[in-house]
Amino acid sequence: MNLFASAIAWILDPANYVGLNAIPLRIGQHLVFSLVTLVFASAIAIPLGYLIGHTGRGRGLAVTTSGGLRAIPTLGLLTLVALWVGIGVVAPYVALTVLAIPPILAGAYTGFEAIDRRTIDAARAVGMSELQIVRKVELPLGLPLLIGGLRSATLQVIATATLAAYVADLGLGRYLFSGLKTRDYAEMLGGSILVILLALALEGIFALIQRFVVPRGVSGRPGTAPKLRTGSSAAAR
Amino acid sequence: MIEFRSVSKRFPDGTLAVQDFSLVLPSHKTTVLVGSSGSGKTTLLRMINRMVDPTSGSVEIDGEDIASLPPVKLRRGIGYVMQNSGLLPHRTVLDNVATVPLLRGTPKRQARADALAMLDTVGLDRALADRYPSQLSGGQQQRVGVARGLAVNPNILLMDEPFGAVDPIVRAELQQELVRLQKELDKTVVFVTHDIEEAFLLGDQIVILREGGRIAQVGSPADLLARPADDFVASFVGADRGRRVLHVERHGDGNVVVDSDGRLAGVLNGEPVAGTSAGSSAGSTPGAEGDR
Repeated sequence: MNLFASAIAWILDPANYVGLNAIPLRIGQHLVFSLVTLVFASAIAIPLGYLIGHTGRGRGLAVTTSGGLRAIPTLGLLTLVALWVGIGVVAPYVALTVLAIPPILAGAYTGFEAIDRRTIDAARAVGMSELQIVRKVELPLGLPLLIGGLRSATLQVIATATLAAYVADLGLGRYLFSGLKTRDYAEMLGGSILVILLALALEGIFALIQRFVVPRGVSGRPGTAPKLRTGSSAAAR
Repeated sequence: MIEFRSVSKRFPDGTLAVQDFSLVLPSHKTTVLVGSSGSGKTTLLRMINRMVDPTSGSVEIDGEDIASLPPVKLRRGIGYVMQNSGLLPHRTVLDNVATVPLLRGTPKRQARADALAMLDTVGLDRALADRYPSQLSGGQQQRVGVARGLAVNPNILLMDEPFGAVDPIVRAELQQELVRLQKELDKTVVFVTHDIEEAFLLGDQIVILREGGRIAQVGSPADLLARPADDFVASFVGADRGRRVLHVERHGDGNVVVDSDGRLAGVLNGEPVAGTSAGSSAGSTPGAEGDR
């Protein structure tokens, strides 16, 4: 039996659906861990990104910093934090949050920056307060790019969350590390396939969300009312 | 009444956009600020709703220094129409028009009803109310922009080259509409343009600006044509050339009017009367000719 077939067999083996190492449990842990990480990263990156996007200040700093954050090897950071705070879930949360911040930050501020300056100027000129400009103009118009940032962060976190099992008994990465240790390559490959499927599934969900959040009137996709081709005289009395 | 009192504006990059500018803009009249780019005309306009604050000097509305008013509240009481309509792309026509009334706390139902009525006022079909700006032509978008500017029934309407981005035929149409609207609504309009024809068509008071917001001349269209202050103004208003310089020629039993290029401009009805200003009629519907 080749390795791929044995990996599939491992995934389908009823023995892997019971106990503390059951596949559904591991998938659940993986998802919850990734979700919490993304919430942490968003809580930091979205307000910061909105501030940068709205004021236009600190962009250079944000670009350099997120470039730097992206360059940090996650495994190295994970080990470093684990040495500092000890074995457990804290280290993976920190390391993965650092990984997820740059794409979310970039999505947040580029979403604001991509809006036509004249639209924002007009909103201010008719009497919107700065907070109203953020809430009623920049937020809805910048949402598609923010979701794009979240999408790419999610993909990275789901894939990299396997590292959590390096220092904690957590997630699908468990199969990779235990498989490696016991030379059970079917388990390793099976675990990897599960991670890939999970990533693809979330990718699909995000693709849908991303289409959905494009405000009407901006999308230009079919389904909205047809464009008028006539001059203004046609509808003007 | 809007009054500029020795207003100057220096931008952070050092550009002196406006220098010691003083002017009274009478109520219920249209004042047009005309100048080429760099003349500070838009900067001056934006000082009236505090989108730009002067570096020195003051702007007063009905005797009150607007520097003492909170900008957001001030802006909600002043209509503003800009070149590229500035509509919110993710909101329908109706929601765009109702934006400012809703910000001011008008109940939603009433704001929407008022907005519909405002579409009638600016000559837009109510069927367009649920469209998005991207589904409208440029001329329609500008009409929505005007409707939004008028939605709170402001005393002052600021218009920053509102018809600059539409084609000449639509522009002429919109200009005529504005003339009609102004007759009905009697607002204090401040209008910025670089098009002297547009200024002559719309303005009661025209301010010709040189570079750096310095006033070359202020006056009615007739004043500017009949008594241009200097060569700059004369050349700007075209009082020295082409179809603004007309003379009468005898033709058989009648008099015809001919421009400086020898083209026939029209027929003279009656005899020229000495001492009467004929300046304002000499320009005859300049916008409609779409000469650009």
